[in-house]
Amino acid sequence: MTLIVKTITRLTVGLILLYGIYIVTHGHLSPGGGFPGGVIIALSFIHLMLAFGKDLALKKLSESLASFFESFGAIMFLTIGLLGIAGGYFFFNFVLKGKPFNLFSAGIIPLCNIAICLKVGAGLFAVFVALILLKVPIKKK
Amino acid sequence: MFELHVLLLFMILGAIIAVEIKDLLSSVVAVGAVGLGLSVAFLILKAPDLAITQLVVEILCLIILIRATLKRDIPPLERGKEVVNSIIVLLFIAGFLFFAYLALKDLPSFGNPIMRVSQNYLAEGLKKTGATNLVASVILDFRAYDTLGEATVLFTAVIGVLAVLRRIGRKKVDETMKEENE
Amino acid sequence: MCLILFSIGIYCILVKRNLIKIIIGIGIAEYAVNLFFILVGYRAQGRAPILAEKEIVQNMVDPLPQALILTAIVIGLAVTVLIVSIAIRIYEKYGTFDITKIRRLRG
Repeated sequence: MTLIVKTITRLTVGLILLYGIYIVTHGHLSPGGGFPGGVIIALSFIHLMLAFGKDLALKKLSESLASFFESFGAIMFLTIGLLGIAGGYFFFNFVLKGKPFNLFSAGIIPLCNIAICLKVGAGLFAVFVALILLKVPIKKK
Repeated sequence: MFELHVLLLFMILGAIIAVEIKDLLSSVVAVGAVGLGLSVAFLILKAPDLAITQLVVEILCLIILIRATLKRDIPPLERGKEVVNSIIVLLFIAGFLFFAYLALKDLPSFGNPIMRVSQNYLAEGLKKTGATNLVASVILDFRAYDTLGEATVLFTAVIGVLAVLRRIGRKKVDETMKEENE
Repeated sequence: MCLILFSIGIYCILVKRNLIKIIIGIGIAEYAVNLFFILVGYRAQGRAPILAEKEIVQNMVDPLPQALILTAIVIGLAVTVLIVSIAIRIYEKYGTFDITKIRRLRG
């Protein structure tokens, strides 16, 4: 890729990652939540891969690590739900709720947001790596 | 809602361009413009959660569609029996629009929804969950089963893509390399 | 009005012969359906459903369809990704995107 793209990528890719983490953790106070935050984090890694080629991006986050994160996020989400059975019904909100408008309020919701963010981000990055690594043999017809 | 009608007109124009144009790359760009207009429409209708999600998902869709159309040559399509097909489809769409207009006349008028269940969610949301974002409290506390189902759908889609694009690609690379060596 | 957008998408799915045009038509139909649901739950001069400090609760837009459509947008993304990957495999096997030539089912 050209020099302009490489310079701008080096400057902004850390900001994109930080912005995605901000949207995920403030999911219960301002619009956003787990789903768009996870997609933004996946987009930051895809941006790195598009500008610098796939070897450098795969050094930062290899495929086995991405698949581990995705399964870990799914299992964490299920565990948080199943633990609520001890309280009465499925997905019972058992963590105590602090004052509103603080970062640590609202019980179970921030933990669920983090689990969903890991799952969505790692899954979409794995899909993109699979699309890029497929080598197309050049047919001479 | 004057600006809403202008935005809808822009989206319809973009959709007509995306359907009729022959170059594949231009029609993908037109679909991107339609998605961007949809995100602005969500902002006008006071739904900021959805506007953020739609914008980001649209960008990802554009990247994946361009990956599918970039290095392929566009095969020339001949004009077969397309005219008869188009007329039958247009008749079907006219009938569908007529029945849809009859069916949708009973909805409450624009701007006054019924909201029988949502009154409870709005009134007790802060007390029962302690979250100030009411939409997040609906999808993660009052209706968490749906979010579990959505996570499962995403998981299945990722597994499906990894299964479709995996082993035979490597076998074809080995075969072409063996053909070049012989 | 957004029914017109939906019918453009359906026309594109049924008439066009290129596989990528069919995928674009599915995307347009899905955008129209999501817009229709949010239009139903809109209250005139409402506010966004997020509480700020010292605000009253009434006169807010309906939060229930917004939660359901959030799920629907992400599922639409998953469907598009899967369809595009299958289309790439079809191109490798048959060498063309024309659907009238992809009729033989290999045994």
